[in-house]
Amino acid sequence: MNQSAAKRGAGDVMLEARGMSKRFGDHTVLQDINLSIQRSEVVCLIGPSGSGKSTLLRSLAFLENYDDGEVFVEGELLGYDRASDGRRVRSRPSRLSDVRRNMGMVFQQFNLWPHLSVLENVMEALLRVRGMKRDDAHRLALATLEKVGLAEKAGAWPNRLSGGQQQRVAIARSLAMSPAIMLFDEPTSALDPELVGEVLQVMRQLAEEGMTMVVVTHEMGFAARVADRVLFLDQGHIVEQGPPTRLFRHPQSPRLAQFLGNYLERNSLFEAAPALNRVDD
Amino acid sequence: MDFSVLTDHAGEIGSGFLVTIWTWVGGVLAGVIAGLIMAVIQLSAGPWVRGVLRCYIEVIRATPFLVQLFLLYYGGPSLGLSLSPMAAGLIGLGIYGSVYFAEIFRTGFTSIPRGQQEAAAMLGMTPWQIIWRVQIPQMLVLILPALVNFTTILGKETPVLSIITVPELTFVLTGVGAETFAYVETLLALCVGYFLLAELCSRLGQWLERRASRYLTQGVQQRRALKPRESAA
Ligand SMILES: Nc1ncnc2c1ncn2[C@@H]1O[C@H](COP(=O)(O)OP(=O)(O)OP(=O)(O)O)[C@@H](O)[C@H]1O
Ligand SMILES: [Mg+2]
Repeated sequence: MNQSAAKRGAGDVMLEARGMSKRFGDHTVLQDINLSIQRSEVVCLIGPSGSGKSTLLRSLAFLENYDDGEVFVEGELLGYDRASDGRRVRSRPSRLSDVRRNMGMVFQQFNLWPHLSVLENVMEALLRVRGMKRDDAHRLALATLEKVGLAEKAGAWPNRLSGGQQQRVAIARSLAMSPAIMLFDEPTSALDPELVGEVLQVMRQLAEEGMTMVVVTHEMGFAARVADRVLFLDQGHIVEQGPPTRLFRHPQSPRLAQFLGNYLERNSLFEAAPALNRVDD
Repeated sequence: MDFSVLTDHAGEIGSGFLVTIWTWVGGVLAGVIAGLIMAVIQLSAGPWVRGVLRCYIEVIRATPFLVQLFLLYYGGPSLGLSLSPMAAGLIGLGIYGSVYFAEIFRTGFTSIPRGQQEAAAMLGMTPWQIIWRVQIPQMLVLILPALVNFTTILGKETPVLSIITVPELTFVLTGVGAETFAYVETLLALCVGYFLLAELCSRLGQWLERRASRYLTQGVQQRRALKPRESAA
């Protein structure tokens, strides 16, 4: 059911955090995070609101500059350079872009550029970052939109699409740059319930094709079926982690048990179908 | 009243009109460019640079343009900066305008949801590409009225340059008035001249706004539609 180790490559580490901490003022939001993600691994991050899931994901992309510790993307230090005296200094933007060249990110709010058409949204970085010729960028953008099932919307304005379609465009925009690692921050939380499935379907397909993925989600069904590993975050700590079957069936920590209990209770109140089956809709 | 003084001095008046347009356009261009750079710095630099810039903007905004111009023109030489009246006028207008343009641009930048920048950065776009390709096209339609408005105001500051003998419209016409004692005629002509310029500017602005909004309303509508959700999330 879950992707096994066999799917993975030689176990090369794609993304790694060592002793990483993040504070906002006096408030320590992440504390001593150690995390290592292998090629083709799908890791889901779960946890209560405010536990630091977004901050962790954003720190892994250096959208937040972490305070202590280190993050490595395919072995390269992210966001900082070592100065000659051993201290670390913030990387220049070009260096930062270079280290995250193989990293894509999908946001809760899609963050499409509303003044550009769907196709232009996908083409923009191909033209300006990859330096592709217009024809080539056009062809690649269309092919990528096709992959998320939206080729026929290429000429539309983003605001004419449903939320689910917008999120699929955002995935295509990121995917067109052929990332090796994709980060998702609650990609379905801004969507009406009936639109969640189409986005999860695309993500599941990516996972099956061997994309390395880190997904912050409240969709336990997705985590249960697609993740290789689930991390439970609470108050800035990774409290528990492991394969979803173990984590969901036999939570070790009382906090995870309580979190899952709340979750199941809330869902069984409103849904006839078992909550864990949503992704199969 | 005898308006023949105007026709008698048509050549001088015409050239004064051109100098006014030139200083106006030059001052606006300098102010827009410097203002844009200042806005970008304000939004991206560290706290020290930001603080210094903030003080500078406040000082320029709180002092009269005339005083700034005097300082530049008469005070400049003692700092090793000897400027021709025209150069001092252009630089002065540019400095004075830049702080207001900077505020307009800053408002524009902050109206674009931050996530759009983050998405662009994650795709590898450079800070300048993000400004030119993502932020400016969207904010232009929002800030265009304010830009046009301040451009008109800056136009009405150009007569101040007559005091440091820049041969613009006010300098020429008050000169003609003093020479011929036709004060009322020349002052009326001045009013008409500035009215025409302001009118031209506002027409141009309206035309630009129509074009920009036809091209960009899509985006703004969507941003409004997104707002409530963003704050709820
Ligand atoms: N920019 C910021 N400035 C100050 N505090 C912040 C900032 N961003 C997040 N925080 C705080 O950090 C903590 C973790 O926030 P984070 O957004 O990472 O949580 P989360 O697990 O993603 O929650 P949710 O499920 O609600 O999205 C919260 O207490 C939040 O208030
Ligand atoms: Mg979050």
